[in-house]
Amino acid sequence: MSLFEVKNLRKNFGGLAVTDNVSLSLAPGDRLALIGPNGAGKTTFVNLVTGHIKPDGGSIALAGEDVTGLKARQRVSRGLVRSFQVTRLFADMTPQEHVALAILQRDGKSTRMFGRHDAMRPVVEEVGEILNLLGLNELAHLKVREIAYGQQRLLEIALAMALRPKVLLLDEPAAGVPQAETARIERALDMLPPDLAVLMIEHDMDLVFRFAKRVMVLAAGTVIFDGSPQDVKQDVAVREAYLGSYANAGSVA
Amino acid sequence: MAALMDSTLPTRRRPLGTLIGIAVIVAASVIGYFLFPNNLALLTRIIATMLLVLSIDLVTGYCGVATLGHAALFGAGAYGAGIVSAHFGITEPLTMTLIGAAAGALAGLVSGLVILRAHGLPQLVLSIAVVHLFHEVANKASGWTGGSDGLSGITTDALLGLFEFDLWGRTAYVYGIILLLIVFVLLRVLVQSPFGMLARGVREDPVRVAAMGASVHSVMLRMYVISGAVAGIGGALNAISTQVVGLDSLSFTMSAEALVMLVLGGTGSLYGAMVGTVSFMWFEDVVSAANPFHWLTIVGALLIVVVLFAPKGLYGAAAAFLSRRRGGGK
Repeated sequence: MSLFEVKNLRKNFGGLAVTDNVSLSLAPGDRLALIGPNGAGKTTFVNLVTGHIKPDGGSIALAGEDVTGLKARQRVSRGLVRSFQVTRLFADMTPQEHVALAILQRDGKSTRMFGRHDAMRPVVEEVGEILNLLGLNELAHLKVREIAYGQQRLLEIALAMALRPKVLLLDEPAAGVPQAETARIERALDMLPPDLAVLMIEHDMDLVFRFAKRVMVLAAGTVIFDGSPQDVKQDVAVREAYLGSYANAGSVA
Repeated sequence: MAALMDSTLPTRRRPLGTLIGIAVIVAASVIGYFLFPNNLALLTRIIATMLLVLSIDLVTGYCGVATLGHAALFGAGAYGAGIVSAHFGITEPLTMTLIGAAAGALAGLVSGLVILRAHGLPQLVLSIAVVHLFHEVANKASGWTGGSDGLSGITTDALLGLFEFDLWGRTAYVYGIILLLIVFVLLRVLVQSPFGMLARGVREDPVRVAAMGASVHSVMLRMYVISGAVAGIGGALNAISTQVVGLDSLSFTMSAEALVMLVLGGTGSLYGAMVGTVSFMWFEDVVSAANPFHWLTIVGALLIVVVLFAPKGLYGAAAAFLSRRRGGGK
């Protein structure tokens, strides 16, 4: 049985099928990239899966449980965690506070009205470990508004790690990051737990080909390819729908 | 090495911050007592209002909820404490205060359930509707509240059976200070707790909080109830010290003025709320005595100056200035 199972997911916006019978399944340790040209329905798919919009049909199951009817935050607490395409962080709070909050939330202690997170030893230690792993230690006490965008992207990954998900949806983890810094994002992604199932939405083809073990291509709301990264380059339909347009544009990033 | 030092610093600095806060409140109270021995009633009113402004800070400054109806919670506390004394003979001041806190918390729950259904401008409008409804209920239920004549007949026992609430308002003043200190310490614990951090997260980005798996609505509703208890204590203090509760304690005007005081001092900080209240009410008192005809104009001008030149409020601007200087000194 798979860990994460999306079956025949459908969504129409005013008669237009934005998501048209999309199915996919993930096993622990999977590294799946979902790619597709602009307007292919990737964002809608993410919003459907995470519970931000309701599907018109189909089902989503996590670890054997049907989560189609659950709210977004209930899916998170069951282990389905997402990152954001455009960084969503607390501008006036520090990376240390961000990660501590994620850990406390995961452990069901985030609504405690006494005690301080920086006086709770296990929390402080885990925060240190995670920030250290991602090389954010030096910035632990700066406000997020004061740190570089690339570092904010790393903090997004840190938050996802701190929640210890079963399935992680990475929505363009390298979006907006200068080319020179994508290597750091890649290294951070390599540090994700090996048994975690990861579904990555990404535009940067170099990153996709290095990270993913499997690639799915979405075009006009349907899956037109599902296979290995090597084969996707050869696939004619994909070339036409996606890579071709990039080749014509002359740029990959 | 620098990172190591930094990670130990904030833990030590903040409990010190609470101690400094207590010391400042006590010092200011003593100075106030000797500077205005004939005006203790005004000082007590400032403390009661301060509790209201602190309670607005909890929902506005920490959770990002916009409200122009918070006097509903203050008034609920005032009427709660007043009614049990005038109608049920419960005249023990501590009990009256606790009942005021409970009435405020209940009003916080009710208005929170209504207000938190909307966001932004509609939320603001709902908060105004709530305070008008509370006002109208108190106005119509005149058998209980005295209606527009105000609730009179409030009597209060001696505090702890020892200190009579005297004509000069000394006992009420000291009682107010003690209540303020207790509330201040409890709120310091609250805003530094994981829950306080979560609330700040809600203010900064509710979507991110939800993506961590937390319920934004439940955080805000809990804060509303706590905020109601704090405002209710302020209302009860007002009822105990003045022995009368008027409809103005449930008014839109009071809600708006209290929000103005918060903005004047600076949102998102307990000190900002307290500094704003003292500055506004002291300024109002001085200016209205100096120029009874144009004092509102002058208060308005001051507000414009503060909002334009110190958008973080008096305390916020001072704190930013100090931290810049400290940063430059390194």
